[in-house]
Amino acid sequence: MSVSETSATPPAPRRWQGVPSVPGWAFWVVLLGVTWAASHYAMDIYKALDARWIIRFPAAWQPDFEGRISAGMKWLLEEAELFGILFRDVTRAIARLIEIPYDLAVDLLVTGVLQGQGQQAQQVLPPLSWIAVTYIFCALGHYAKGWRLAALMGACFLYLAVFGQWASAMLTLASVLIAVPLAAVGGLLLGILAFRVPMAERILRPVLDLMQTVPIFAYLVPILFMFGFGPVAALAATVIYAMPPMIRVTIVALRGVPEELGELGVMVGATSGQQMWKVLVPAARPTLMVGLNQVIMLTLNMVIIASMIGAGGLGYDVLTALRRLDIGGGVEAGLAIVVLAIALDRLSQAFSARTVTLRASQSRGGWAMRHRWLLSSLAVVLVTALIGLALPWVQTYPKAAVISTGQIWADAIGYINVNYFDTLDAIKTVLLTWVLLPVRQFFTGIPWPWGLAAITLIGARVGGWRLAALVFALTGLVVLTGLWTKAMMTVYLCGVSVVIASIIGIPIGILAARNEMSNRVVGVFIDTLQTLPSFVYLIPVVMLFRVGDFSAMIAIVAYALAPAVRYAAHGIRSVDPQIVEAGIVSGCTPWQMLRRIKLPIIAPELLLGLNQTVMLALSMLVITALVGTRDLGQEVYIALTKANVGQGIVAGLAVAFIAIIADRLLEAAARRMRNRAGGA
Amino acid sequence: MERPVLLECRNLWKVYGHRPDQFLKEHGGNPSGDALRRAGMIGAVRDANVKIRQGEIFVIMGLSGSGKSTLVRCLSRLIRPDAGELIFDGQNILPYTDKQMLDIRRRRMGMVFQHFALLPHLTVLENAAFPLEIQGVPRAKREAQAREVIELVGLKGREDYYPSQLSGGQQQRVGIARSLAVEPDLWFLDEPFSALDPLIRREMQDEFMRLQAMLKKTIVFITHDFDEAIRLADRIAVMRDGRIVQVATPQDLVLSPADDYVAEFTRYVPKSKVLTMGAIMAPGAAAGDVAGELIVTDRVEAVADRIERADGMFNIRDEEGRIVGHVGRAVIIDILVGRSSAA
Ligand SMILES: Nc1ncnc2c1ncn2[C@@H]1O[C@H](COP(=O)(O)OP(=O)(O)OP(=O)(O)O)[C@@H](O)[C@H]1O
Ligand SMILES: [Mg+2]
Repeated sequence: MSVSETSATPPAPRRWQGVPSVPGWAFWVVLLGVTWAASHYAMDIYKALDARWIIRFPAAWQPDFEGRISAGMKWLLEEAELFGILFRDVTRAIARLIEIPYDLAVDLLVTGVLQGQGQQAQQVLPPLSWIAVTYIFCALGHYAKGWRLAALMGACFLYLAVFGQWASAMLTLASVLIAVPLAAVGGLLLGILAFRVPMAERILRPVLDLMQTVPIFAYLVPILFMFGFGPVAALAATVIYAMPPMIRVTIVALRGVPEELGELGVMVGATSGQQMWKVLVPAARPTLMVGLNQVIMLTLNMVIIASMIGAGGLGYDVLTALRRLDIGGGVEAGLAIVVLAIALDRLSQAFSARTVTLRASQSRGGWAMRHRWLLSSLAVVLVTALIGLALPWVQTYPKAAVISTGQIWADAIGYINVNYFDTLDAIKTVLLTWVLLPVRQFFTGIPWPWGLAAITLIGARVGGWRLAALVFALTGLVVLTGLWTKAMMTVYLCGVSVVIASIIGIPIGILAARNEMSNRVVGVFIDTLQTLPSFVYLIPVVMLFRVGDFSAMIAIVAYALAPAVRYAAHGIRSVDPQIVEAGIVSGCTPWQMLRRIKLPIIAPELLLGLNQTVMLALSMLVITALVGTRDLGQEVYIALTKANVGQGIVAGLAVAFIAIIADRLLEAAARRMRNRAGGA
Repeated sequence: MERPVLLECRNLWKVYGHRPDQFLKEHGGNPSGDALRRAGMIGAVRDANVKIRQGEIFVIMGLSGSGKSTLVRCLSRLIRPDAGELIFDGQNILPYTDKQMLDIRRRRMGMVFQHFALLPHLTVLENAAFPLEIQGVPRAKREAQAREVIELVGLKGREDYYPSQLSGGQQQRVGIARSLAVEPDLWFLDEPFSALDPLIRREMQDEFMRLQAMLKKTIVFITHDFDEAIRLADRIAVMRDGRIVQVATPQDLVLSPADDYVAEFTRYVPKSKVLTMGAIMAPGAAAGDVAGELIVTDRVEAVADRIERADGMFNIRDEEGRIVGHVGRAVIIDILVGRSSAA
């Protein structure tokens, strides 16, 4: 999205040929040199000047953000009222609103309808049988696209049953089924509001921007505080997390409806309701469906993570396995998440791409013919439920037939650890001693006064004084919270990961762009990587490298790889073929072609890819707190376990500020680069 | 003989820019082009005066950006003009609220769009029935009505297709069918054939003429193609930079262009396409052999063959049937080869 925005900016006056006060490279070399010196000699400076505040922002200077926010939340929850309605009652009402459908979904998919309490509960009605659920998803697959998708659906759900993940998967699915409509409808309505009322959009936009950068965990803390530990809190967090993209997509989709269609609505005398629901929304449907796909994937991602505040299901299995270092169980649950993610992704994508020819062919025939999938699904549900009373295996996949792969995975990982321990350890040690630790020392050593000055200088350099003021203010706030060192830890881990992800990702992207075939293969791979909930990445990493910075880095790199690949491939493919031909005519070798022609042209594109990589890295970074990093992510995680709202929000906002700073700086840099290319 | 006026606009203004109302007031309601430019405003429609008579095809033409679309959108109140009067059927509808407009739009106006504006999720039938659906007409009735108009535009048998399964020409036929479904009195067409290939465009023009011969609607038709304008128009308004520079019949436009701009438009138009018998005839009945009879409104192009092949003169009758003049082969040939400074 930022691609089109930045490309619209008018070219700046040429400055590259003039006499800039400092040549480009000199600025960066001097800045780096000074920063290195400041970092290296911080201790000495502090001792020489006897000014400890240089390396440690004094507690006395810190306004008590945490305490105030916590107190505010407490007040909100206990005393706040509007028109005589207690805020507490509002949250309770919301909780009920979520709980009722959720309980229904759980009844339907997992437990069946129960009567009585606790242990004496009697099952009055069984849940949908595993055969019925599988059949329904096959039917959806066929309806959305055809036999191949139906087969994929069947395979995925059979996998869940055969490999013993059924109950957990259904619990996760129940959460997704409840959260998706809430988030989608909520997002749609808010999007419509923003489309209709300019004022609403002006309020929503900055909120959305902020929400996009606040790390996932940080949502959980206040939600936990308001709703308590349990599935309701998890669902509330999920809905809030998955809604912003839908709002954005709705605004974009409605704006994208051709003006003529809007005029058509007016000309045929549509009321404003008819205009919206009969003209604009249906015409925007294809784009809205893309938003729905995003909502589904984000929901799944969040439902998994929200297992930390009480969502059961596959995420909970992964979490407990990670805590117990139960290798087999973790991998099994992780794979089940992957399977579920792929199934939901492909299904919702197929629905958004459903062609009119398919729709036309489906609307032929009699009533029964047109509704054959609905009817047969109902039949399967009823029949399996009845037969299930006599033959239990029809109702529930028999335990005896479950294939457990846990041991296999445990053995495999064990084998790798035994036989390749030295190799893995060597890799780890080399990277740690030569890359991670020095960089970490460099960043964490930077005294905050110089850090603040340096980032402001960078802002001024790439984007002028307004940007400088913005990054100064944001960094200043981080300093004021007393989280400087942890913020630097975050920057270090994120920075290293992003650099490594780029080093791996950009060449892959360039290779992928070489021909159709490699492009398709890499595309499928990258798409699949992106559909996986971030939690899943932790599993193999922890199994192979234990906890610590190194593991965190690997997980972040894997998660943040996709945009680097994608933007590089896209950039290379969009290079004007005439320029390439000009290069060939003037006798460039392929290598010269890449280095002298293509790379300079796609540099702005690469920077935008870098921007996305940074955002993904930051969001993953917080999750890696689970494997024992010591950055802001850990701060949020601690807040979560202690249910300390103030701490959680402050640390979450600190991460968000870092993200905003990185975003603005990179965007400004890309714009500068493009203008320079345009002006040259 | 003048037919009654259905829609009229007086001193209509539409200005884009910062606070157009105030700007117009400051300049006494009639800012010059210079004043507009200095203030950075765009005068999309400037002081337009137009009378559209019942049953005529009124064509608005001009170069791209001359304000044609803006003018029709003002006439249909899709956009609100900044100043002026807009009189529909004797009522000034400019101050009408959206609610009041709703009724007029639902029953009395239809519009065809340049890019068809079909709803992609509806079939041909549903698209054609859409205006009726908006009015709350029950399904059976509106579909019956829609089927009629679909047949009228020659798309029978394709009722269940979706727009994306149709060619451009067919899509515009659906657009036409839809705009006719409510049986409007006033029919707006904004460059309806511009997005089509030249061959299809001619075919659609013929189709349009056939429909109009049957339906006799009052039509406001926009085009930037002068050939199209003279084929279809009863009268043409030529626009330039937001102003209407001339309103005239195709013939008068060619014979006496108001300024160089209009002359430039009409320069390469074969005269035979616009000149009528009335303009080229010699007064009085023919003296010698009479080979046949024609009417004053016949265009040279249409009857040239007959006149050329015949040896004698043709008498020309006016609409009341009186003989008012005569035409011979020599005049026609002069016009066809472009030699004549006819009339
Ligand atoms: N919403 C708007 N805001 C600002 N200027 C506008 C707007 N709509 C139209 N204009 C300007 O008004 C002028 C007339 O535009 P209009 O669309 O009426 O021209 P047109 O004659 O229909 O051209 P075309 O043949 O390209 O459709 C143009 O200069 C255009 O840039
Ligand atoms: Mg136009």
